[in-house]
Amino acid sequence: MAKTLYDKVWQAHIIDQIGEDSLIYIDRHLIHEVTSPQAFAGLNEKGRKVRRPDRTVGTMDHSISTRSLAIDACGPANALQLQTLATNCEEHGIQLFPVGHQKQGIVHVMGPELGLIQPGMTVVCGDSHTATHGAFGALAFGIGTSQVEHVLATQTLKQSRAKSMLINVNGKLPVGITAKDIILAIIGKIGHAGATGHVIEYAGEAIRGLSMEERMTVCNMSIEAGAKAGLVTPDEKTFAYLEGREYAPKGQDWEDAVAYWKTLYTEEGATFDTVVELEAADIAPQVTWGTNPGQVIGVNTPVPAPEDFSDPIEKESAVKALAYMGLKPGEKLADVSVNHVFIGSCTNGRIEDMRAAAQIAKRGKVADSVTAIVVPGSGAVKRQAEEEGLDKIFIDAGFEWRLPGCSMCLGMNDDKLVAGDRCASTSNRNFEGRQGRGARTHLVSPAMAAAAAITGRFADVRDYQE
Amino acid sequence: MSEQGFTQHTGIAAPLDQANVDTDQIIPKQFLTGVTRAGYGKHLFHDWRYLDLEEKEPNPAFALNKPEHKGASILLARENFGCGSSREHAPWALADFGFKTVIATSFADIFYGNCINNQLVPVALSSAQMDAVFAAVKANPAVNITVDLPAQTVSFDETSFSFEIAEHHKNNLIKGLDAIGQTLELTNAIEAFEKNQPAWL
Repeated sequence: MAKTLYDKVWQAHIIDQIGEDSLIYIDRHLIHEVTSPQAFAGLNEKGRKVRRPDRTVGTMDHSISTRSLAIDACGPANALQLQTLATNCEEHGIQLFPVGHQKQGIVHVMGPELGLIQPGMTVVCGDSHTATHGAFGALAFGIGTSQVEHVLATQTLKQSRAKSMLINVNGKLPVGITAKDIILAIIGKIGHAGATGHVIEYAGEAIRGLSMEERMTVCNMSIEAGAKAGLVTPDEKTFAYLEGREYAPKGQDWEDAVAYWKTLYTEEGATFDTVVELEAADIAPQVTWGTNPGQVIGVNTPVPAPEDFSDPIEKESAVKALAYMGLKPGEKLADVSVNHVFIGSCTNGRIEDMRAAAQIAKRGKVADSVTAIVVPGSGAVKRQAEEEGLDKIFIDAGFEWRLPGCSMCLGMNDDKLVAGDRCASTSNRNFEGRQGRGARTHLVSPAMAAAAAITGRFADVRDYQE
Repeated sequence: MSEQGFTQHTGIAAPLDQANVDTDQIIPKQFLTGVTRAGYGKHLFHDWRYLDLEEKEPNPAFALNKPEHKGASILLARENFGCGSSREHAPWALADFGFKTVIATSFADIFYGNCINNQLVPVALSSAQMDAVFAAVKANPAVNITVDLPAQTVSFDETSFSFEIAEHHKNNLIKGLDAIGQTLELTNAIEAFEKNQPAWL
């Protein structure tokens, strides 16, 4: 029977069959400070060892300051958590990139840029945005802390096979439309739980045309559609991205690896449980209006009314979302003022995102009513951006240029909003209170965020194209 | 990971009648800085449960704060419960608060797995069946609801609904097994797999 990409990666990692579950091998385990301490404590209680410290890499990202390299800059609780990670990594012989280390970064930015993520791998992390790494044709998914402990102890997980979903984005992407707009449009179409129980394969001309970083943005938000993971078939762009990176195979290993990676594609005639088609030409710059990522519209579409939804659950969600967001049905986003802009996160904190935002930032100044911060996704992104002079463009335009970390995506540090703030954010979740209690988050692309910073309202970034 | 088994539980329910309850709502980020599994229950549903940041002023409109639902050990919700962040602090908080089971129309995948690993029983019923459970609790908040895991039923008054759960999940919940200990018994198979992995990994 013809196999999908998911079938191939899945089957290559089955160690044993236990009832309906498979015991699968985990090739790469990424850890960070928030979801690992209880896992190490569990190991230590039972006197268990980390099976493969060489397959495990840690970084500090969620709880850290973006203004200071001091580990206690965000208070004693954050400091204890960060110190606990350092101690655990040291005791168990795990490579850690702590605050201030040149390789430190958001776990899903750091991993790919070091070449730690390769096609056909299984990759896990105690973080739902692990789906990011599917951009390489790796089966990558987020896990809970009990599973982090299981992987540390055994390098395996018990899993049941997921259903498969093919999402074709057909045709060429229009000018001014980005990877972020593609994934938000997909979530808008299939819904916030539309891919629950599925592994998505993203395909079609528009996906093939994306760079590796753009594919990461798409796969990153697979979880926002409820999917377990998202995949893109590895191709020449994938190999070119990986070649020469620190942890990528070298010499004969490289040749052997590429030969294997070229076998990782969905065969002609393979079937999927669900197929979704989107036309790239129909995608406008996206802005979320509600409190889940499926509540999203094109920038020129009026804010919907609850009556626009036939499903009673969606209708009720819309009532609640409009009240929380302080929006009225029919309102134009161009009339909605923002007072905060956040550019960064594991969704949009890579060098191409910094460049896209800087392209718009150099056209003007941050509006007086707006506080705008740019947080590079890693030390490497920060250095590259500074080499290209992007930091100067941002600073000259009135943006703050910060140290790398997760920052205002979730506000576990001091980068958070207060009630009533309205933020154009390049992050991945617009849940109630995500960026601060009572704060309102609108998810957008980096270019749209930069445009919002300058105009103080939502603006159609296509009007800025040369 | 808890190692006590779950077979049957009877209790009263707290009705959280909404869809897409995400784990940021269940336990907001400012409470994720802990390094242990204990003590998250007092912050459960913080933003909805309290009117203030110091957790001194309960929100009287929120289901968990209503006197008739005090002592609830069963949580009712709608579609896609537990979506968003993978934080296991969410089931830790629900269990620490006193919930033994969550009955909802559907669950997000990671949250569902995290419940299984924490002896918090996730029960999925159809939308119409959930309507009936919510209606029963509305009519009589003191109604006793029984979740019987071996029988895979939810019962109250004269009504009984059956629910689906994967056999291995059910067994793990009933026996309260140490999952890591079980896998470590397969160390030979894991070693054999590793020997066959390509050199570049």
